[in-house]
Amino acid sequence: MGKILMKGNEAIGEAAIRAGCLNYFAYPITPQSEVAEYLARRMPEVNGVFLQGESEVAVGYMIFGASACGERVFTTSSSPGVSLMSEAISYIAGAQCPAVFVNIIRGGPGLGGILPSQADYFQATKGGGHGDYRLLVMAPASVQEAVEMVMKAFPLAEKYRNPVMILGDGLIGQMMEPVEFPEDLRTEPSNKDEWATNGMSTRGDDKQNLVKSLYLDPTALNDHNLLLKSKYDQMKKEEVLYEPVNMDTDYKALIVSYGTMSRVCKSAVAMLKEEGIEVGMIRPQTLFPFPEKAIADAAEKSSCKIILSIEMSMGQMVEDVERCVKGKLPVSWYGKCGGDVPSPEEIMDVVKERI
Amino acid sequence: MGKTFKRPEALSENHTHYCPGCTHGVIHRLIAEVIDELGIRKNTVGIAPVGCAVLAYNYFTFDFQEAAHGRAPAMATGIKRVRPDLNVFTYQGDGDLASIGMGEIIHAANRGEKFTSIFVNNAVYGMTGGQMAPTTMPDQKTTTSPYGRDIGQTGMPIKVANLLAALQTDAYITRQTVIRPKDINKTKKAIKQAFTYQLEGRCFSMVEVVSTCPTNWGMTPVEAIKWTEDNLLPYYELGDYKTPQ
Repeated sequence: MGKILMKGNEAIGEAAIRAGCLNYFAYPITPQSEVAEYLARRMPEVNGVFLQGESEVAVGYMIFGASACGERVFTTSSSPGVSLMSEAISYIAGAQCPAVFVNIIRGGPGLGGILPSQADYFQATKGGGHGDYRLLVMAPASVQEAVEMVMKAFPLAEKYRNPVMILGDGLIGQMMEPVEFPEDLRTEPSNKDEWATNGMSTRGDDKQNLVKSLYLDPTALNDHNLLLKSKYDQMKKEEVLYEPVNMDTDYKALIVSYGTMSRVCKSAVAMLKEEGIEVGMIRPQTLFPFPEKAIADAAEKSSCKIILSIEMSMGQMVEDVERCVKGKLPVSWYGKCGGDVPSPEEIMDVVKERI
Repeated sequence: MGKTFKRPEALSENHTHYCPGCTHGVIHRLIAEVIDELGIRKNTVGIAPVGCAVLAYNYFTFDFQEAAHGRAPAMATGIKRVRPDLNVFTYQGDGDLASIGMGEIIHAANRGEKFTSIFVNNAVYGMTGGQMAPTTMPDQKTTTSPYGRDIGQTGMPIKVANLLAALQTDAYITRQTVIRPKDINKTKKAIKQAFTYQLEGRCFSMVEVVSTCPTNWGMTPVEAIKWTEDNLLPYYELGDYKTPQ
C-alpha cells in the first residue's frame, strides 16, 4: 500500500485499528474530536467497539474495565480531558493494566485555548494522577510518526502492563500529511491469562484473577511500588528513542526540542548551517524514558557553549535537560505557549543571541 | 440424611471483616447462591467499590476488579462492551453510587448497559466513619451532620431506584431489603431475576438493598433492624420500580 494523505487525528484512529485495537471509548474535545468521528464510522466496519462516554472521567474507567479483561483498548483526548482521565490512569498504572492514551495537547491552564501547545509535558512525564507511577510517553513530530508510535504503543503497553501515552500537540492532530501505514500488527496481547479478569472459563482454570491497586499492608504496598519502579527502570534501559540532528559537527549550541517544535528547530539548524553556524539537535521521541545519556554526552562536546530547550511551554522539559547536563554547561529555555508556533527565523535569532 | 446447608461454591472460606450485625455478609451470600444456581461462576466478573465492600473480592471465588470511588458502572461498561459474554455486576454502597458515582450510574442505566448493580443503601458512609450520605434521612445524626441532617441545606435523601426508574430506557429496577427472613428470600429472587435479564442480554438491572450499619448508627444489630423498619422502609419503599418491556 502506498502513501495516502490523511489528517493526523484520523490517521491515529486508523493506526489503532491496524494495531489490532478494536475497542475505543472517548469523549469529544477540540482539537482531537476527529478521532472519535472517524472511529464512529470506522469501528462498525471492522466489528469493533465505539462508545462515546458521558465524561472523560467515565471514559478513563471504561478503558480500565476493558483493559483489565486483557483486551486491546485506547482513547484519545486533549489536555482538560486528560486531566479528568488522570484519576483512572493512576489506577490503571497501579493495577498494572495495558492501555493507550493519546493526548493532542491544547493550550492551558484551565480552558486555555484550542491551538497547539506542549504544556502537558509535566502532566504526561511526571504524573498527572496521584501516586508513584510513570507513563511511557512518546512524542511524534509528524503524522507518519504518530501512526508508527500508536502502532508501537500497544505491544509496549502489554510488555510493561502499563499505560502508554502518545503526546502530540494540536498541530499533529490537525494537519494533513502523506502517510504510509506499516504492516498490520498481528500479535495478540500476551500472557493475559495470568492476570486479566477475562473469566475463568475463558482461561480454563479455577483461579480467581484480581485487578486491584489497594495494598493496606505497608510492606506489601512498598513491595508493589518497588515492582512498579523496576518496570520504569527497565523502560529507561530499553525504550529510549531520540533523533540526533547535525550532531557530527563541532556544534556551538545544542537544541533539545520535540514534536512540532522540533520540526521548526530542524529548519533553523539547517538555515544556521548555511550561515556557517553549526548547531546540534537532539529530538527526544520518548519523553519518558528521557534520552538522558544522549544529552549528557552531547553536553561534553568541547565546542558546545550552551544548551537550549525549545518547547511550546513555559519551560517544562528544560528541567529534565538541566538534570542531564548537571551544570556542566548553561541551559537556557525558549518557548511560546499561546498557540503560535515560533518560526525558524525566531529560533535562529535566539540561537545567535545566546551563543 | 445429606448436607442440607452449605457454603456456596462462589463464596470463599475467608473470615469476614464486616462488623457484627452488618448486612453485607447476607447480601454476599445471596449473590453467591444465585451465581451457583445459574452456573455462571466461571463466567462472572464482579466490581468492588470504594467503601466497606472494597475487599468484597476476598469473599468470592471468581474474577474481580477494584474500582475507584463511584466509577464501577463505567468499568462494568468497559467490560460488557468488549466482553458481552461475561456476567458482570457492580457492588456499590450509597456514598459510592448515589454521591460521587451518580453520573456513572445514571448514564450506564440510560445507555441500557447489560450489567447488574447491587446497590447497598444503609443511609450512611461506612468505611470512612459514618459521614452523611445523599441517602441519609432528614434529622439523622452522622459524623458530618452532628445536629441531624438539615434538609434545608442538604436536600432530601435521594431515592435511587425511583430516579433510575424514571429514565426512558428499558431496565429492571427494584428495591429490596434483608432485615427479615422473608425479605432475604425476596432479595435473592430479585438478584436472580437481575442476573437472568443480563444473561438474556435484555437490559440494565439494579437491585437496591436497604441495609443496616449498626456501628455507624451507634446501635445494636437488633436496634438497627428496628430503626430500619421504622425510619428507612417508610421512605425507601420496597418493590419493583421497573421491569423490562
